[in-house]
Amino acid sequence: MKIKIAVFDFTGCEGCELQILNCEEEMPDLLAAFDIVNFREAITDKGNYYDVAFIDGACSRESEIARLHEIRERAKRVIPIGACASLGGVNCLRNSYSTVDALTAVYGESANYYDSIPARPISAVIPIDFFIPGCPIQKEDFIRALQAILISKLPEQYNNPVCAECKMAGNTCVFEKGMTCLGPVTRGGCHATCVTGGATCWGCRGFIDDPNVNAEKEILEKAGLSVAEIMNRFSLFNTFQESIWK
Amino acid sequence: MEVKKIEIGVRHLTRVEGHGNIIVRAHDGQIDEVTWAVTESPRFFEVMLRGRPWYDAHVLASRICGICSVSHQIASIKATEAAFGLKPSEQTVLLRKLLYAGEVIESHILHIYLLALPDFLGVPSAFALMESHKDAVLCGLRLKKLGNDIMETIGGRAVHPQAAIVNGFGRLPGKEQLLSIKTRLQEALPDMAATVDLFQSLVLPDFTRETEYISLKHPDEYTFTDGDIASTDTGITSVDNYLDVTNEYCVPQSTAKYTKNARESFMVGALARINNNYEQLNPQAKEAADRLGLKPLCTNPFLNTPAQVAETTHEIEESIAIIDRLLETGIQAEDRTVKVKAGRGIGAVEAPRGLLIHDYTYDENGNIVQANCVVPTNENHANIQLDLESLVRDNLEKGPDELQLLCEMLVRAYDPCISCSTH
Repeated sequence: MKIKIAVFDFTGCEGCELQILNCEEEMPDLLAAFDIVNFREAITDKGNYYDVAFIDGACSRESEIARLHEIRERAKRVIPIGACASLGGVNCLRNSYSTVDALTAVYGESANYYDSIPARPISAVIPIDFFIPGCPIQKEDFIRALQAILISKLPEQYNNPVCAECKMAGNTCVFEKGMTCLGPVTRGGCHATCVTGGATCWGCRGFIDDPNVNAEKEILEKAGLSVAEIMNRFSLFNTFQESIWK
Repeated sequence: MEVKKIEIGVRHLTRVEGHGNIIVRAHDGQIDEVTWAVTESPRFFEVMLRGRPWYDAHVLASRICGICSVSHQIASIKATEAAFGLKPSEQTVLLRKLLYAGEVIESHILHIYLLALPDFLGVPSAFALMESHKDAVLCGLRLKKLGNDIMETIGGRAVHPQAAIVNGFGRLPGKEQLLSIKTRLQEALPDMAATVDLFQSLVLPDFTRETEYISLKHPDEYTFTDGDIASTDTGITSVDNYLDVTNEYCVPQSTAKYTKNARESFMVGALARINNNYEQLNPQAKEAADRLGLKPLCTNPFLNTPAQVAETTHEIEESIAIIDRLLETGIQAEDRTVKVKAGRGIGAVEAPRGLLIHDYTYDENGNIVQANCVVPTNENHANIQLDLESLVRDNLEKGPDELQLLCEMLVRAYDPCISCSTH
């Protein structure tokens, strides 16, 4: 019998689900190997029996907590996909405001129509088995996870900083170009795609295990960033992880 | 006498981006309730943009939407450039248009083939179509990949590309890459012709409701990235006065704001653009539009999907012309210096789903102090609600299953980007 997979979405842009649909060339093989029983963005069926649940998006409402517990009970494996689900991601930027202030800033006098709680990653609500990092996830990371699942395993989490792959890609160091970068402390596995793409690392894959945050702060300061600017850099994707960098 | 009751409750409508519910209750030919409810979690982007520096604003804005990330980036970059008084070069404008065309192609094809088509062919998903209509799905996947490959070539990747920045591009494509994309675009035209054939053979639900149609309009082109705001009711409004047109307000059943201008609601997106700018379509796109019955003024919202087919053809033709122009002038490294100053800037584009506005106020250090975003699907929600009411009224005699499918198809026809609308 084929392994049943489900994809669920919470608070986020659904770009990671789109990355699954962007597996245009792999899609026929993927459908031959797995039953996709629940994937609201793409299919009408809503199956309640699944082996693996992929979760896109952060948790930011009371009702989402209950939904997550239900998914955890049903699934053998729960795998958050993307920065929102695995880190909380950009959603947590709003946690520096109280819920009432944030709601009032957006909805004014109608703020009391709506409910919200501070945003958090999935792992802050239910136990998870693995996570696929990135904003967005890379298709190859998703395919690799599926391959491992086919043989009843999970992939190993990549744990070198972005700098390692950035060097291999032959990029000029972002700091040498007069910009700043979170590559030295950020989990790689992305082929340094943002630096290669002409930008800088914003830390969307979260920190490597045991990051040397103090050294990173020093080089950011040396590059001319103020304390406020350094906090801005770290907070974009990693507000929820502020105990690591603050 | 038997009481005829209709109870439709669709929780988290499928094959759309984001979370929305459809509720219909009626008895004995009397409608008790028709509600389009937007249940997406509040996302607070306008709050989160506050305090962000100018060079990260478009990076954060991009995360409003995974499907139209390029639209949000470009609207954001345009707002920042307007605030700082910057005018991008011709090369930057052309590259942005090409990147943008990649997104329009990918986003439209995703909706046309993967989200909308299954309803017309009577299956629950495009995955099921792989068995019944394999050639059609493979054609759709080829076109979708072309859109993604354009975004990867120009922007660095397909979702949340990195290369587009304020006043230019962080990385420029090479001549060979552009030539290879051009060949792929030319090869895609037969696939688009097949798509037009396919949609010409489908029977759309017979439903019309006249409304106000709003989009950008530009004197020289069928525009996605520039121009003034045009309404079929109130004519031209400068982008600087967008608030006069969008008039956002809150309703309890929707975490996305509603908008209205001259009437109770208006429609944005592919159909609104065709209604406003039909004459400016490229030749093959215009032929496609004519074959698909898209002669303005079109008042059947189900025609929005065929309108996307015509627009995809337009963007393929347009991309070939843009690449020719880029090859003629040659790609050159440019000065991307940005001088920060305090002030307000407004950036408006036509996202695949319609008029998108980012409005930022910066302090003298180049940090955002105030941000407002008006997003296409949040503009469409009121119109979806009124269309649903009218559709249910016209079709009360139908069985609950048939009526439910019609309601779902209507909402899908708008290709709603719901999480984006609750930015």
